[in-house]
Amino acid sequence: MAIQPKLGRSVALVGAGMSKFGAFPEKASRDLFVEAFQEMRASVSRGLDPRDIEALYIGNYSSDLFEGQGHMAPLMADWVGLTPRPAIRVEDACASSGVALRQGIIAIASGLYDVVLVGGIEKMSNLSTEKVTDALSTASDILYEIPAGFTFPGFYAAMATAYMDRFSATPEAFMQVGMKNHDNGALNPKAQFSASIADVMEGKQRRAQARGLPIPQWTDEMDFLHDNRANPMIAWPLRLFDCSPISDGAAALLLVGGELADNFCTDPVYIIGSGQASDRSMHDREELTSIGAAVLASQQAYQMAGVSPADVKVAEVHDCFTIAEIIATEDLGFFEPGEGFVAAEEGLTTRNGLRPVNTSGGLKAKGHPVGASGAAQVVEIWKQMQGLAGERQLAADVEIALTHNVGGTGQTCVVHIFERR
Amino acid sequence: MNQQPFTESTFQSYLARHKLMASRCSACGALHLPPRPLCPDCFGDDLHWTEVSGSGKLLAFTVIHIAPTAMIEAGYGRDKPYVVAVVVLDEGPGISAQLLGVDAANPQTIAVGMPLRATFVERGEGEGQRTFLAFQPAD
Repeated sequence: MAIQPKLGRSVALVGAGMSKFGAFPEKASRDLFVEAFQEMRASVSRGLDPRDIEALYIGNYSSDLFEGQGHMAPLMADWVGLTPRPAIRVEDACASSGVALRQGIIAIASGLYDVVLVGGIEKMSNLSTEKVTDALSTASDILYEIPAGFTFPGFYAAMATAYMDRFSATPEAFMQVGMKNHDNGALNPKAQFSASIADVMEGKQRRAQARGLPIPQWTDEMDFLHDNRANPMIAWPLRLFDCSPISDGAAALLLVGGELADNFCTDPVYIIGSGQASDRSMHDREELTSIGAAVLASQQAYQMAGVSPADVKVAEVHDCFTIAEIIATEDLGFFEPGEGFVAAEEGLTTRNGLRPVNTSGGLKAKGHPVGASGAAQVVEIWKQMQGLAGERQLAADVEIALTHNVGGTGQTCVVHIFERR
Repeated sequence: MNQQPFTESTFQSYLARHKLMASRCSACGALHLPPRPLCPDCFGDDLHWTEVSGSGKLLAFTVIHIAPTAMIEAGYGRDKPYVVAVVVLDEGPGISAQLLGVDAANPQTIAVGMPLRATFVERGEGEGQRTFLAFQPAD
């Protein structure tokens, strides 16, 4: 069974774009997809004739439940003028568009296509919080997990209690992740939350003052995050600011055969590693302080790429909840098991730290339209590698970068490694 | 009794009789809870039902404040949070269930590793009545 996966042909990323993330009652998912497509198109430095696109792979978790709309892929193809090309919807819960990317890569590497559009789309804000909670729950085991009363924040909260018990971590480490990702999101014009935790806190104080109400006195952000009224408990130990929001958004990526990249782009990004694995339901796992599928997917990707975790200059990881980012940084080999929370507390994952993680603001601050998140992670890597990340641009050149996209409670994980030559 | 199919439906009918039943693979001896019609360890399909003790320990837990609609209908929610857990049974398999008899308002009093025993909760009425697996502290 020893498989050493490799690509049969080099694959390059030559354009990437995303819609603004947020809650947009006035826009349908197709409108958001057009927004992402147009930004992608503009990013192709030597120009793209959309007629050169041969197929679409569209990540979408559940437009059926969120919008009452099935069969999304041909609809998205139509709205960007690409019918009658084959259009394929890819569903692996919150990893849908990370897996769509992998399918696009496989399609080009096989020689079937030269130019492929990879997309991600989700519009979640039509439903109430309770209905969104129910819709997301269908990504777990509806026969044996949901009747117990689990919710998605609940699953990750359970991982957090296992992690806290094993490594003597405290919720303050999770809060550090939230603060860091909000700091990054504040510098990302596409982010749902373009405010640091300090901005949020001061905004609440200003509004209280304007209304003549008592002004809440928090000594600092940590004090604010410990306040049950300002930061209510969702699933202990995870509070509101530990959870990614309910979001609408889309992302689009253009992949081409490596030998064609220079026709499209002055500075292409090569995809040198791809890995994916699956796992059983949470209660069927040996331990809950790591996501096994992430460990396996990253090992495959590192092996294919011929790089090690130390080579990765920036990573976008799946921080659907703050604990998930800490576990991700361990599963990816950036830090030893039990060291991820210490690294977060010491600021090692900030933009100026040893290992910047989620410079986009992550799912936490940028937003988490679930089927679009995996592709949107790649948009940030593209921008960092092109020097287009604006105020959040890393000082050092990014030669090697990584994305880590998780579906459900970790039943799916897909990891990609990117190189700028 | 061993002729019953190894499905959630059969599992549920045992739960209604307050029995916690697992499937055991006759070929490799692996025990599976939830029960399965195919052994994922050896691919064997010669299985039999086995009752498990219901004794186990707490692997992980949380206190749910923002509840799904089914639990809101059962009377839980922001004003009445509840505890859910992943429990590892003494026989080996793990299972998800509600955790009763602990203080949801003081989660720091709930300890990973604490010994638990299975219990059964009835919800709904008439046709809608259903038995749910739960756990509580062993002592």
